[in-house]
Amino acid sequence: MKRHRAALIALHVALGLAALGTLFPLLWMVSGSLMATGEANSFPPRLFPAHPTLSHYAALFTRLNVGRYFLNSVIVAGGATVISLLLNSMAGYALAKLHFKGRAQLFRVLVAGLVIPAQVAMLPLFLVLQAMGLVNTYVGAMIPAMATIFGIFLIRQYAMGIPDDLLGAARMDGASEFRIYWSIVMPVIKPILATMALFTFLSTWNDFLWPLVALTDDAKYTLPVALAGLAGEHVQDTELMLAGSVVTVVPVLLAFIALQRFYVEGITAGSVKQ
Amino acid sequence: MSRAPGERAQARAAWVFLAPALLLITTFFFLPVVTGLALSLTDFDLYSIGHPDNIRMVGTANYRALAQAPMFWSALKNTLYFAFVGAPLSVLAALAAALLVNSRLTKWKGFFRTAYFAPFVTTLVAVAIVWKYLYHPRFGLLDAALGAAGVHAIDWLGNPMWAMPAIIVVAVWRSFGYNMLIFIAGLQRIPHELREAAELDGAGLWARLRHVTLPQLTPTFVFVGVITAIGFFQLFAEPYVMTGGGPLNSTLSMVLYMYQEGFRWWRLGSAASIAFVLFALVLVVTILQLLWRREET
Repeated sequence: MKRHRAALIALHVALGLAALGTLFPLLWMVSGSLMATGEANSFPPRLFPAHPTLSHYAALFTRLNVGRYFLNSVIVAGGATVISLLLNSMAGYALAKLHFKGRAQLFRVLVAGLVIPAQVAMLPLFLVLQAMGLVNTYVGAMIPAMATIFGIFLIRQYAMGIPDDLLGAARMDGASEFRIYWSIVMPVIKPILATMALFTFLSTWNDFLWPLVALTDDAKYTLPVALAGLAGEHVQDTELMLAGSVVTVVPVLLAFIALQRFYVEGITAGSVKQ
Repeated sequence: MSRAPGERAQARAAWVFLAPALLLITTFFFLPVVTGLALSLTDFDLYSIGHPDNIRMVGTANYRALAQAPMFWSALKNTLYFAFVGAPLSVLAALAAALLVNSRLTKWKGFFRTAYFAPFVTTLVAVAIVWKYLYHPRFGLLDAALGAAGVHAIDWLGNPMWAMPAIIVVAVWRSFGYNMLIFIAGLQRIPHELREAAELDGAGLWARLRHVTLPQLTPTFVFVGVITAIGFFQLFAEPYVMTGGGPLNSTLSMVLYMYQEGFRWWRLGSAASIAFVLFALVLVVTILQLLWRREET
């Protein structure tokens, strides 16, 4: 009994220390963002602000235009999420449940495409967008996320589980194929749609390389691109940059915590493909 | 007889449903990949953007130039170092965390799982900035903590020997929670009877881990290792934000090198050839994994 108790304590001490390690940078980011200018660079270093202040947040939104970048991020990540939900679900459902010639071959080509890293397409993609006049537009920033092979794959795996009888019965009743997709399939696949929405929103919000390439004008920058630029100019303003990091990270962290059930299920589903 | 028109309607509907996604993926992914390969065989540069007639086919000249460029070899070496040291560390940390969180004795599993996973959903650029301050040689908390333990301050990001390990720590911190979730799913798929049988045979914790749990996890292990390594090959934001690829190119990664060649110097032909070397790396690792899986089954 005593040994059991010791093991229990050791286990939770190890778990607690590891949690402290993973959360520390995030907690310190918040704490430092509330410190007075220069306080985060004091010696010996401080963990907590002596007099918490929101002045750096005020400076970000008034002086540094961060409200604009925030809005850009919301537009790009939100837009990509809505569009990808629609396009990926249509394609994934068709691949899972509709019969047509070449279905298996098409699926194989798409899956093979999963191997290619996105960076390989990036340079020519930039030239394509330039030819189409889409450089430095929201649409240009959203394009790689609008329809994705991974999203189609995720929906297809889930939609395979829809009973054929359900669709057959609707067809007997004379429902059109679009009506079946919209009124029967969409409600059934809601859990995987939630998962995919979260995946897409988080990855588009956090993405750095593509918006860095596609957006050339300061007024269109998303938060990560703007933040990387500001971090170069304001190296000494530790507290200000920590506040900028908080503004960037908090929306995705909150979205994740609120919807983490779907996220965890999605990761498990995605790994089962192996 | 009456099924034929219905089937035709279904096939038509299928292509209508597929068309928008396929059109986007073809135009903005598959075609650029093919164009990229062609681009890597040209001398496309700043002057070609305004006057496409200036583009010349140069065969494998870009690839041969890469093989002569010390910067390229640094980028390749650094990327391999980052991936083949960082990915195993991430996988091991993930396995340890999964075993601890999944233990029957553990309380507050949900909290620990979320705490370990949280770094993964954060914005890389933002947390790279936070870590950069933590690594600061004068004001950073890391050196302050080490100083309290009597260790001399180290300029983590300013020292060519330490900069890459410092970036590896950030990448492991951010990625292991994701891998942990996959391991937990793998652990939960292990049949209970196996563990119970081992317990009845009197196997202790360690013996059970070695002879039951780990062998059962092998497929998960390989899967997690491969996707992590492939993800790590694409290192970009950390060096971009934290070191700019320095000091002395010690954190210059393949993708950062590609970005600089392509979008700073507008040598798009050369940048495209770097992208395809990266693709080749990913392909080799993927094929090795497929071969391994064929061997297993």
